[in-house]
Amino acid sequence: MSHAQSDGLSGAKIIVALSESHIDVVASLPDITTSHGLLWPLARQDKMQLIRVCKEDEGISICAALAMCERRSVMLMQQTGLFDSLNAVRGIAVEYNLPVCMLVGVLGKQPEIPAREHKKYSVRIVEPVLKAMEIDHLYIENDRDIPLIQKAIGRAYELSRPLVILFGRRLTP
Amino acid sequence: MMERAACLKEIARLRGDALVVAVYSTAFDWMGISPHPLNCFSIGAMGQASSIALGFAISLPYKKIVVLDGDGSLLMNLGSLVTIADIAPENLIHFVSQNGCYEANGEHPIPGHDKISFAGIARAAGYRHVKEFSDIASLQRDLPYFITQHGPNFATLHVHAGEKPALDYELIHGEAARLTFQKALREDMRKQ
Repeated sequence: MSHAQSDGLSGAKIIVALSESHIDVVASLPDITTSHGLLWPLARQDKMQLIRVCKEDEGISICAALAMCERRSVMLMQQTGLFDSLNAVRGIAVEYNLPVCMLVGVLGKQPEIPAREHKKYSVRIVEPVLKAMEIDHLYIENDRDIPLIQKAIGRAYELSRPLVILFGRRLTP
Repeated sequence: MMERAACLKEIARLRGDALVVAVYSTAFDWMGISPHPLNCFSIGAMGQASSIALGFAISLPYKKIVVLDGDGSLLMNLGSLVTIADIAPENLIHFVSQNGCYEANGEHPIPGHDKISFAGIARAAGYRHVKEFSDIASLQRDLPYFITQHGPNFATLHVHAGEKPALDYELIHGEAARLTFQKALREDMRKQ
């Protein structure tokens, strides 16, 4: 068993990282990669406000307005929702230079297979699309990666740039 | 049927210090009728004005947030009506100018232009107060009370476009305009 297969990704630790990043609003659409481990626990706490949106681009816009008001938030969604909201990401987050932070469950990604070598088109194209859009992004695939979340969110706000954090395995609570 | 600019003048008269998010043709009219540093023009990601306004309404609960939406724009983000009604910000007032067409893009009709009731959708989504206005006299009579009610509130303005504004997108939406708005917003927040 490879190292990547042997460990997991804890939603509880991610919630701590979000809290330590001063995130106080989470906009979301359910995604099976993050549902059990992250979204349900977020729904059961009251430190961060949870806003359930109907479509991902709504969440991008809500987070953008919050950022303009100096409040920190994240949009939690699946990569299919990210694809669906790309014009809002472009027109609002990128062109307005706003630190819209997106947490994206990558459906179908297996941590032991690099995304760019993945058989699934919907997994393989995520990073090239983000690269083409000049959006900072990183994969979080096990608990050892979690400290990168706070650093990346801090940098996004410092530079006022959008950020995509990709979860490459199903989260546990 | 009313002239859009006439409706906007009535809203401007009662604006106070509200933050206003406006779209496309309405935004160009509004810029001339109610120039103000807290005008946010939502251009480029069509349909997103109501969601941007929701973000402001959550962040600034002490301030009236007014959305001046278009019918074509709102059709692109109908789900936002449900999200707004769910969060139920008391400080959000949502107007949609219904002229039945994509005015800024060649005046093609919107789908269902002769059938759709945005007020009906907003009411069913759960907005607290919903109105429709088709004549200026009713708007003048009812608007002062309508905007003081706890929201989220929604009103359809049945309009025809009137004068065509010059669509100078760089002026309304360029980097200078965005920075001006964001600076004004930060200053306004510090005053509270």
